[in-house]
Amino acid sequence: MPFIPHTPADVSEMLSVIGAGCIDELFDEIPEALKAAALDGVPPGRCEMEVARLMTERAAADGRLLNFIGAGAYEHHIPAPVWAIATRGEFYSAYTPYQAEASQGTLQLIYEYQSMICALCGMEAANASLYDGASAVAEACLMAIRANRGSESRRILMPRTVNPTYSKVAQTIARHQGVEFDTPAFDRLTGCMSVEALQSSLGSGSYAALVIQQPNFFGNLEDVDALTDWAHANRMLVIAVVNPISLALYKPPGDWGSEGKRGADIVCGEGQPLGVPLACGGPYFGFMATRLSHVRQMPGRIVGRTVDTQGRPGFTLTLQAREQHIRRSKATSNICTNQGLLVTAATIYLSLLGPEGLERVAAACAERTERLVQALTCIPGVAAGFDTPRFHEAVLVLDRPVAPLLAALAERGIAGGLDLGASHPELGHSMLVCATETKLDQDIEAYASAMRSAIESPCGGRGAA
Amino acid sequence: MSENVPDDLQYTRSHEWVRNLANGQVEIGITDHAQQALGDLVFVEVPEVGRELKAGEACAVVESVKAASDVYSPVSGRVAERNSTLSEQPELLNSDPYGAGWLIRVTRSATPTEGPFLKAAEYAQFVKEAG
Amino acid sequence: MNDLGLIEPLIFELSKPGRRAPSQFPPLPAGPGDGARAGASAGASAGARAGDANHAAASAVRGTQIPRQLRRLSRPHLPEVSELQVVRHFTRLSQLNFSIDSHFYPLGSCTMKYNPKACNTYAMLPEFLSRHPFAPEPQGFLACMYELQEMLREITGMQGVSLSPMAGAQGEFAGVAMIRAYHQRRGDGARTEIIVPQAAHGTNPATAAMCGCTVREIPCDKSGGVDLEALEAAAGPATAGIMLTNPSTLGVFEHRIAEVAGIVHKAGGLLYYDGANLNAILGKVRPGDMGFDVIHMNLHKTFSTPHGGGGPGSGAVGVGPRLLPFLPIPLVGREDGRYRWLTESDVPDSIGRLSGFMGNAGVNLRAYIYMRMLGRQGMVRVSEFAALNANYLMKRLTDLGYEAAYPARRASHEFIITLKSESRLFEVTAMDVAKRLLDFGVHAPTTYFPLLVPECLLIEPTETETKEELDHFCAAMQEIRREMQQEPEKLRSAPHTMPVRRLDDVRAVKQLDIAWKPAP
Repeated sequence: MPFIPHTPADVSEMLSVIGAGCIDELFDEIPEALKAAALDGVPPGRCEMEVARLMTERAAADGRLLNFIGAGAYEHHIPAPVWAIATRGEFYSAYTPYQAEASQGTLQLIYEYQSMICALCGMEAANASLYDGASAVAEACLMAIRANRGSESRRILMPRTVNPTYSKVAQTIARHQGVEFDTPAFDRLTGCMSVEALQSSLGSGSYAALVIQQPNFFGNLEDVDALTDWAHANRMLVIAVVNPISLALYKPPGDWGSEGKRGADIVCGEGQPLGVPLACGGPYFGFMATRLSHVRQMPGRIVGRTVDTQGRPGFTLTLQAREQHIRRSKATSNICTNQGLLVTAATIYLSLLGPEGLERVAAACAERTERLVQALTCIPGVAAGFDTPRFHEAVLVLDRPVAPLLAALAERGIAGGLDLGASHPELGHSMLVCATETKLDQDIEAYASAMRSAIESPCGGRGAA
Repeated sequence: MSENVPDDLQYTRSHEWVRNLANGQVEIGITDHAQQALGDLVFVEVPEVGRELKAGEACAVVESVKAASDVYSPVSGRVAERNSTLSEQPELLNSDPYGAGWLIRVTRSATPTEGPFLKAAEYAQFVKEAG
Repeated sequence: MNDLGLIEPLIFELSKPGRRAPSQFPPLPAGPGDGARAGASAGASAGARAGDANHAAASAVRGTQIPRQLRRLSRPHLPEVSELQVVRHFTRLSQLNFSIDSHFYPLGSCTMKYNPKACNTYAMLPEFLSRHPFAPEPQGFLACMYELQEMLREITGMQGVSLSPMAGAQGEFAGVAMIRAYHQRRGDGARTEIIVPQAAHGTNPATAAMCGCTVREIPCDKSGGVDLEALEAAAGPATAGIMLTNPSTLGVFEHRIAEVAGIVHKAGGLLYYDGANLNAILGKVRPGDMGFDVIHMNLHKTFSTPHGGGGPGSGAVGVGPRLLPFLPIPLVGREDGRYRWLTESDVPDSIGRLSGFMGNAGVNLRAYIYMRMLGRQGMVRVSEFAALNANYLMKRLTDLGYEAAYPARRASHEFIITLKSESRLFEVTAMDVAKRLLDFGVHAPTTYFPLLVPECLLIEPTETETKEELDHFCAAMQEIRREMQQEPEKLRSAPHTMPVRRLDDVRAVKQLDIAWKPAP
């Protein structure tokens, strides 16, 4: 019986203390008619060695592809200490830090994490994390509706340059509370939002907030100052959705807008790039930050520093009454957890890299993607989608359907990119590619060579395989 | 626990008190019972001067370590004054809920839609029964 | 380190300008005109001096043409420390924590059972870790997910399972959203009331509001079960459904569940099961058999995935036939022996996506590994020994003089001790007892919940604890009982041996300090 330590002697002693004849008696309050038959659909248990074998075989079946996909989850080198420490039992198997005296390790770590997120984003208050970037955006929209004193609107402006899944998730989560989302189109030439494009949306009414993703879903850099000023002039809050690695290079959302103005109001995003592996899609974590004036509208846990009865400094969960109040407010959230283990990894990651290391990673990502784009656009039939400054992703436009080409690349061991056909058909045959600091020259050459061979092969990567 | 329920005020079932001022305005706060139930208050948010209120509408928030609560405006009207010392000293609501802990002063609207309010004895009885 | 400072300083306080962990920096990109190709060796530039690094980074930045107005002008205030400092700092922080690996943790309703190391080791195989969610569908990983869906279906007696909700609260939201979708699809959009027993978990009203519903509370009867008369009166044409957990949050089995289901179904509503207490009935009873239409499970409780200091969890949902069309996507499907994700086109009436990708994949993988090790027999043993440990503890504690909230009932996998008499007699609270337990090396049981029982301790030992561990807990509670009577002040000022004493919550809010800032 895995993980159950009782010997027959233990069982019989315990039953005699309880005064029951057998363990089955402990379930005598359950009506017979309800008692389940054996779980035949569940296979019999296996020892660790057998399960290890099974998992190793399954992993081997999946193998490893050379990865050039971004689109919301990014491959970065994760320093060895990150998970060596995060999987220490004292972090891994600890509970939510409700009993502060028994959780000072976790609580101090979260305080340090909150501080680092504030530093990166140029904000004053951060929470202990949310589930992921998509749900963080959804929560930010609800928060903006709560926090916007200048508007009663329950509408959010979410341009088509924002990750389309974020938009879908926000709708799933907020739809029943009468929240509506408008998704204005982007400029086809620049692959960015423009004030002009947004201005025409105003015709249909007012909005509580504008969502600005930087860099945007295509990897392009938006004119965040102009967009922020426009939103504020129209009584909207600005929700900044940012890539945390990119914040080493680009102006933090706290400084967006014209000189001396107030910057973004709420910042959020996907924290996965900070020391969290791709892992087939999760678990990741969402980060969120805001200004102190909005802290009471911010969902999620928050750790604060205080003192104990002897005057010694310590940390505790704070602003907890706010969580209950948010549950009754005009835009409700029910969230009550955070992604503790991932926050632990991210905090260790940021501590190891420091400001200089993060800048080096970001710069390397930008340079690697430039190199990738140059290499691929040398191939006839492949062109850059936009001629706009970008971070570490780019849209490529092809002269043929993308799916068969990606399949051909996969056969050659390369995960070449994301087909944009479903989400952005207006771009034609297009795909989103990404090269992070993990891609060496030989990787980029391998990709270019594989693509060339797929394109030039007899079926030219055109037809279905 | 003993509670203070001044005779010269009127009350609501949601634990607000109402004082008619000499200048015609109405002063509003939360009762001793409410502040005891909440515990040490750490944060108070009162509406801006000029805000229009409807009777029964949530107009302020009081927050202790364990709970946050809406305060409902007993009257319709416009906020004429707000107690701004509460932002620095929320504990006034605990120590002096009927005096220095006042929340807002309201100019009643021409067609009042509020009430009826409870008298002191009725409120005291209401609290006793509910508790 | 002065006596009244932090035991372990903030990482920012260990920081020194110019200090780095350079082996973690990626190689410098070759600038224009650079002779050496930077391609081959990742370690080539590990020794670059600070000046070179800045120059190279700047040239890389220039090379990518960042518009001047978008550039970050000053570096973020992240720590500047060495790799050893990082390792030592976070190792020392970890040593300030209680955890299952180090302490008995009888937190009611949290199911703090042993997290098997194998679950982590095999979930973190490099092929799983390196896979992008948008890469071609990984057959090995998806086979695990598909089989997990099937096992959860079997265990719960449900027809379909979605692994995408990322926590219990998301699972709950999915459940209520599906119920709402079901009624709207039937043209019965007026059903917006969710019936909730008074003892329910705090997220229920918020979840209802998020789905455009309101909550209608009904009382429990004296034995801790749902008051059937009150339920009859509450159920009607406005009823969307009822949210229940069985065993209830009071630690007792709702043995008239068939009648509860009958009343609600007859009124046209659906039954939602909060699976937080699944550990009590695993393999013994199936929610589908009890009449529930939807269940959310907490994989981080029942299926032993790590609590991680607050997450990540996984709130998989299971549904009966009525709600199958509305499951949140993506799901894992199998066609002709190949696995693939089922998305919008496959499940057109889905309530939608709850996450950026497919939920907490790695958590689900750990749950899968756990379930493969347990197997069908092992799962039945879980509830048997969880019940054995809980009932044993309840008997031992009541023999010591403590008062169970429902002494005539069997404990499920957890039970409640109420300290209302002790609180009156000795002026000590449940919180005081919880804090004093820390000094005995036991993490406090749950104290704030359920709200219905005053001064309560909700105790859940789980099946992975030995009798000796339980006996140690009883010895501690015996000593605490003596202290209550003879030295109550020791309880009121507990804990005494932890890194900190009780913390000033009021000051934490009034003097809000939630982020370190550098000196100006």
